[in-house]
Amino acid sequence: MSNVAARVAEQFDDAVQQRESATVGMWIFLATEVMFFGGMFLGYAVYRSSYPMVFGASSQRLDIVLGTLNTALLLTSSLTMAMAVHAAHSGKRRSLVGFLFATIVLGAGFLGIKFYEYFQKFEEHLVPGKGFVFEGADSRHAQLFFSFYFAMTGMHALHMVIGIVMMGVLIVFAMRGKFTAEYYNPVEMAGLYWHFVDIVWVFLFPLLYLVERS
Amino acid sequence: MAEKTVSAGMYLLVYLALMVLLAATVGAAYLHLGNLTVVAAVGIAIVKATLIILYFMHIRVGSRNLWVFAVVGFLWLAILLTLGMTDYLSRGWVPAPTGWEPGK
Repeated sequence: MSNVAARVAEQFDDAVQQRESATVGMWIFLATEVMFFGGMFLGYAVYRSSYPMVFGASSQRLDIVLGTLNTALLLTSSLTMAMAVHAAHSGKRRSLVGFLFATIVLGAGFLGIKFYEYFQKFEEHLVPGKGFVFEGADSRHAQLFFSFYFAMTGMHALHMVIGIVMMGVLIVFAMRGKFTAEYYNPVEMAGLYWHFVDIVWVFLFPLLYLVERS
Repeated sequence: MAEKTVSAGMYLLVYLALMVLLAATVGAAYLHLGNLTVVAAVGIAIVKATLIILYFMHIRVGSRNLWVFAVVGFLWLAILLTLGMTDYLSRGWVPAPTGWEPGK
């Protein structure tokens, strides 16, 4: 393996060491992301333990079918992303582009459904603020649940938008032949990012949609 | 220098496991589990996240060095959640001292 073909920067011994360094850096970034979302998860836990009944009643207002479908879409997009990294590692440019494109389509599908759900919440007056209407339970505490819902799913959706833009850039790079079986670090790092965003949703889905269904 | 990698078949297997666990988490929500509902929900989510981290994110075939970096973020999160909830959940246990009033 020649260091020129693998695009190894001069401070690294070889492509493997270079990829290991990039991966460590990416995981450090992901640790900061864990802490960023972690603060919101702690806030959610504090208020859910304080007002369990209202959080249960509020959770029932979310669409479980759309939530489940979205989880399936996102898990599938993680599979296509893993396959994209696999294709890059095998030096298969065409399937790399194909799998990246599939990941974009699945991610966009997720965002489309999320957008429709937000639209529904606006129509049902479930957006915290002056127009908030919640029958039965304590409406102030129901607003807390929906504040967490919009903040957490909103930050998650923003991460997905960034991820989709990254995939688009990767597709352009891949078509220009910038990646080889020795050098595909950006694809691998984007993969780590995308899987992390998937993991955040894996926790958000049961905590927001499945509080009180039985 | 050969790197260990995850095979395409393994990705598919992990994906199928994730979909089964998705069905399980939705199903468990409809069982009358009481306080165990949240335990089942978070427990299944942790299993799903672990599968994603080990296989999709290649930690299973990564170096020991990398394991440390992958674990610390979640370790800090565990500290945050444990200490944070220890505070909030125990607040009602001991009555406030007499003569104490808010805002003074």
